[in-house]
Amino acid sequence: MNFLEVKNCVKHYGAIRAVDGVSFAVGAGEIVGVIGPNGSGKTTLFNSILGQIRPTSGRVEFCGEDVTGLSPLELSRRGVGRTFQSLQVFGKLSVRDNLIVAAQEFKGTLHGRLLAAPDAGLGRHADEMIELFRLERVAQLPAGSLSYGQQKLIDIAMAFMPAPRLVLLDEPCAGVNPGLVDQLRELLLELNRLQGGSFVVIEHNMDFIMRLCPHVICMVEGRVLAEGEPETVQSNPAVLEAYLGK
Amino acid sequence: MALVALALAPLGLKNYGIYLLTLWCVYVMAGMGLNLTVGYAGQMSIGHAAFLGIGAYTAAILMKLGVPFGFVLPVAALNCFLVGLALGFPALRVQHHYLAFATLGFNVLVFLFIRNEEWLTGGTFGIAGIQRPKLFSFSLDSSLSFYYFVLVSTILLAFVLWWIVRSPWGRAFAALRDNPIRAESLGVNIMAYTLLAFAIGAAFAGIAGCYFTALVQFIEPGPFHVTTSLMMLLMVIVGGSGKFFGPMLGAAIVILLPEWLRFMKDWYLVVFGLSVVCLMVWLPGGLLSLQDRFFRKA
Repeated sequence: MNFLEVKNCVKHYGAIRAVDGVSFAVGAGEIVGVIGPNGSGKTTLFNSILGQIRPTSGRVEFCGEDVTGLSPLELSRRGVGRTFQSLQVFGKLSVRDNLIVAAQEFKGTLHGRLLAAPDAGLGRHADEMIELFRLERVAQLPAGSLSYGQQKLIDIAMAFMPAPRLVLLDEPCAGVNPGLVDQLRELLLELNRLQGGSFVVIEHNMDFIMRLCPHVICMVEGRVLAEGEPETVQSNPAVLEAYLGK
Repeated sequence: MALVALALAPLGLKNYGIYLLTLWCVYVMAGMGLNLTVGYAGQMSIGHAAFLGIGAYTAAILMKLGVPFGFVLPVAALNCFLVGLALGFPALRVQHHYLAFATLGFNVLVFLFIRNEEWLTGGTFGIAGIQRPKLFSFSLDSSLSFYYFVLVSTILLAFVLWWIVRSPWGRAFAALRDNPIRAESLGVNIMAYTLLAFAIGAAFAGIAGCYFTALVQFIEPGPFHVTTSLMMLLMVIVGGSGKFFGPMLGAAIVILLPEWLRFMKDWYLVVFGLSVVCLMVWLPGGLLSLQDRFFRKA
């Protein structure tokens, strides 16, 4: 059974067809890349899947259940995580607290958390994630005081803290130096191996996508232009013309 | 150290000095609640005096009926908790200055109610002749004994706040304040935490209102006007919004500084106002951010 199935997803803003009948599926443990020029509807597609906006029509299924239009809160409770295109950390909280808050709401009840230990029993798991992302030296510092690259790592680590079954990553490499891009790719592969979740990754860094994702979808003007193995998509003449400009 | 200083502070002071210290405790209680709503959870409110008023009038009415203070306190707290919960709903739809005006409107509404509903609140004549509570058989009629009673209550309430902000709830409030969209995507129930931030903050003010009634023994609508809400917000911001000791320092500045400046006669409020303006310009994070500022420069 597919983890995620998007069926004929449409999102219109008046006359603008931001997403125009997109369908794709993501299997268990699969990593799928989504590429396409700016304005091709990738982030709108993500937001439609993740309940940030309601699609005009179409259906989103998660593990066979219709989750179309469910709120981000309801989706997160079903095991769907995400990162955003722009940095989204809690600036005044320490790195460790950022990681703990990312998972604490999945433990116990609301009133139970008032009486729970301050780290909600997640301190050890947060420390393991800090070690995996090599953030030990800054673990106690406010996240907002760190460099862009470090905040990006925190942002991604937060999405994986509750061990979600599906994670949608929106441009994880944006604004990140080339050295960190390789580290990110290795981290995502490691997390995929450790947690066994499925990922959908929007990215403009072709090298990153080609080396991370066994399956790639190319979107142009709100539609799927091509999909398949990375080499097949990369050599598709329509993709070359529309996205890679060759 | 601070606790010893607070215990020794009233010794040698006259009744008015002890009254001011007790009033400081009352505003610290209310300020801690507002700090939870505004500082920790990031929800704007300029209607907190309304909760102080609801608590004060609940206490006055019940105490006049002979209900013991020990029963009045939880009733007033629950009353304000429920009203605070209701006030939290607009915060789910509007934010920032729009929310500020929604809470301001609420304060005006409560003020008009307690001023006009004479049958219940005594209107502009207020409610007089309220007796100070007794602690078991021990009388709290003297200023000094009542100060210690309020001080211990303030410390207990501070412990409750400390417990809340050190628990996972505190981290969820901070997440709500810093980035609600991200918080929701991580499973934080922003609706529940927004409502809780308002309700708990309101309950703190309701409890403070009970002590206010017992302190002044006569209440009328004046102290629950929007001006008091602004003063309470000033306490939180001047001390350090979102910092545990912020309201304590802020209340000291707002309640005690004007008294210390009285030797300046007609000019004391001008100097007080200018001090606040300067503080906001140079230390927008409040007095408690002074330490961070020095560390950053070092």
